Amino acid sequence: MIEFRDIEKSYGDHLVLHELNFSVAKGDRVTLIGPSGSGKTTILRLVMTLEEATDGYIFIDGQPLTHEERGGKRVARSKKDQKDIRKRIGMVFQQFNLFPNMSVLENIIEAPVHVLGQSKAEATTRAMELLEKVGLADKAEQHPTSLSGGQQQRVAIARALALDPEILLLDEVTSALDPEIVGEVLGILRNIAETTDITMLIVTHEMQFARDVSNRVLMFDGGKIVEEAPPSVMFSDPKHQRTKDFLHAVLGDAEGTIGTH
Amino acid sequence: MDEKLAALVEAMPRLLDGISVTVQLTVLGGLAAFALSVALGLAATHPSKAARIPARIIIEFFRGTSLVVQLFWLFYVMPLLGVDMHPLVVGVLALGLNYGAYGAEVVRGSINSVATGQWEATTALSMGSFQRMRRVIFPQAWALMIPSLNNLLIHLMKGTAIVSFITIADFTYHLDQLKRVTDTVFSYGVIGLLSYFVIALILTFIMNALERRAKRRLGQGITLKSVLSPAPATATPGGGA
Amino acid sequence: MISITTALDWNWDTTWDVLPTLLSTFLKVTLLVTVLSTLIAALLGLVIAMTLRLAPKPIAVTVKWIANFIRMTPIVVQLLFAYYAFLSLDGITIGILIFGIHYSTYMSEVYRAGIDAVPQGQWEATTALSMSTRRTWTAVIIPQALRATIPALGNYAVSMFKDTPFLLVIGVVEMVNAGLIFGGNTYRYIEPLTLVGIIFLLASYPTSLLIGRLEKRLAFNT
Ligand SMILES: Nc1ncnc2c1ncn2[C@@H]1O[C@H](COP(=O)(O)OP(=O)(O)OP(=O)(O)O)[C@@H](O)[C@H]1O
Ligand SMILES: [Mg+2]
Repeated sequence: MIEFRDIEKSYGDHLVLHELNFSVAKGDRVTLIGPSGSGKTTILRLVMTLEEATDGYIFIDGQPLTHEERGGKRVARSKKDQKDIRKRIGMVFQQFNLFPNMSVLENIIEAPVHVLGQSKAEATTRAMELLEKVGLADKAEQHPTSLSGGQQQRVAIARALALDPEILLLDEVTSALDPEIVGEVLGILRNIAETTDITMLIVTHEMQFARDVSNRVLMFDGGKIVEEAPPSVMFSDPKHQRTKDFLHAVLGDAEGTIGTH
Repeated sequence: MDEKLAALVEAMPRLLDGISVTVQLTVLGGLAAFALSVALGLAATHPSKAARIPARIIIEFFRGTSLVVQLFWLFYVMPLLGVDMHPLVVGVLALGLNYGAYGAEVVRGSINSVATGQWEATTALSMGSFQRMRRVIFPQAWALMIPSLNNLLIHLMKGTAIVSFITIADFTYHLDQLKRVTDTVFSYGVIGLLSYFVIALILTFIMNALERRAKRRLGQGITLKSVLSPAPATATPGGGA
Repeated sequence: MISITTALDWNWDTTWDVLPTLLSTFLKVTLLVTVLSTLIAALLGLVIAMTLRLAPKPIAVTVKWIANFIRMTPIVVQLLFAYYAFLSLDGITIGILIFGIHYSTYMSEVYRAGIDAVPQGQWEATTALSMSTRRTWTAVIIPQALRATIPALGNYAVSMFKDTPFLLVIGVVEMVNAGLIFGGNTYRYIEPLTLVGIIFLLASYPTSLLIGRLEKRLAFNT
């Protein structure tokens, strides 16, 4: 579903990702973990085309995303081709990024109506279903600014799902929230993971959530994958010293592991 | 084209006289406006109401009544009241009063936006209010206010173009003379607007240099881009275009 | 009050004579020019701001310098230039166009600041939702940018209002010119010119106060 081939990304002369290769199968739930600055956000932003790789190729379902190889050269794809693929990808941001000039409902139906070309009625019906799912059906007419952080993030999740994405990117979606409302947002994401087959790429510091939802965990450090394993193995029996140190630091317990429940 | 150039050469001494009058009005009007800006701006930030209220009234009065009205009022009405002034004095006075009122708002805003910590530090050092303003607050506010004052100076320079209506032979007046022997596009368009533009660029250049110096004194850097940019760093709606 | 008016040699008969003329000029010329020029400036300013942002670099740089040129040269000379260059247009039309164009260069700066102030995350959300460029601007960026710019646009409209007397250089009978004509006929300048000043003050000061309050309200709501 997603393939990174020899991806390199640098900002100026600061090399962030170097010869990165990995792929994610359809329906996979992959969690990226690693210390701050290791390049996790950059990877999601590359998939969402918010950043462009400096070298290498990304494929979505076998199709090149932004650049392709033609006659031995790396050339950019047309804006239209890029857009067609981008439609299949949704993203939820750490800071929600809801449009403050639109109501909750308008935020959600914006893309279905103007990108997918659905009728307003059709999009509204679907939006109400999604709002029901995230427990905010009564807030449809409200303004995002009048909602709490947790509620805004739930709307943002509904907005991303309204495009019916095949791939959902989640970048630390609970980091901007108060600890006591993190649970409500994660609960909704768990539910989505259970009831759909959307491919997910998740960056999170919530290790319990990663363990419950994902089937693969990639440990990053310095723009490279240092270890890759199913969560049950990664969290209870990490092989690499960097992973052990990292898990130890985030989990803050003696063993650096979390139990199953 | 040759006749036009000949006419231009012929008119050149008078055009230069005109430019000189325009520049004089700009510089003197600018100085008058600046003095008034500082006086009214300081009064408007003064803790005592006895200073603040009159300052506010003067500021609102001269901002609200329009430059051109002030100019003609001083020109036509003052003599009736027994005050005869040279037209150049009338011009400088009107420009100074009008833009001084706008400038006072700039001075007031800049003084108010100096960090509260700086005010508290002066109190902690038991500085008197005059010393505090002169040594600490004003130098910092000064760096903040220059870009807006530059915008006002450009406005003032543009405002001088009306003075031929109170019998002053400024640059615009001589452009009208040039138009009679050449044509509109050449006199107002090419010679007139381009010359005014160059004057505005020179004024901006000088003000940018002042800002650079003020910021250096505060130990702040300034980018090359901000030095070269003619665009206003802040949008200050001012009167008189 | 009596003593001041006596000292100024103020004549109330003259006052009532000239006031109706001034007020009707205020409505028919000054307000008309202000309103129409503001509309032109607001629209053209937006076009300039978007050109600076979206057009290819050479075009953007050219537009930027043209805008700087217009902003930094006297509106009086621009009025004279346009008036004699386009003889088929009357003074009021020239005035409306030139004021609109001149002030559009200021308003474009306001829009530019407003557009720059839209958070990066909003742009990213439009990409994540695959919104078209057109939809991104019309549904997200412009509505948000506009909100922050309305007070500044209002202030420029008031500025323009107070600049309308410059129109007398191309013979338009706006309020100051009406006052001068009256003065020329009657040798009474003090009443008409003072009244014109009072009308400007009475119209602009409350408007500025309203804009200031609007500014505070918009600032708190975001
Ligand atoms: N716009 C940018 N310009 C320059 N450097 C950047 C930019 N964005 C990211 N970087 C750098 O790229 C590196 C990777 O950043 P990235 O945001 O991907 O890390 P991360 O793993 O998501 O970290 P965190 O856990 O703190 O979110 C960092 O060193 C960061 O400083
Ligand atoms: Mg990150």
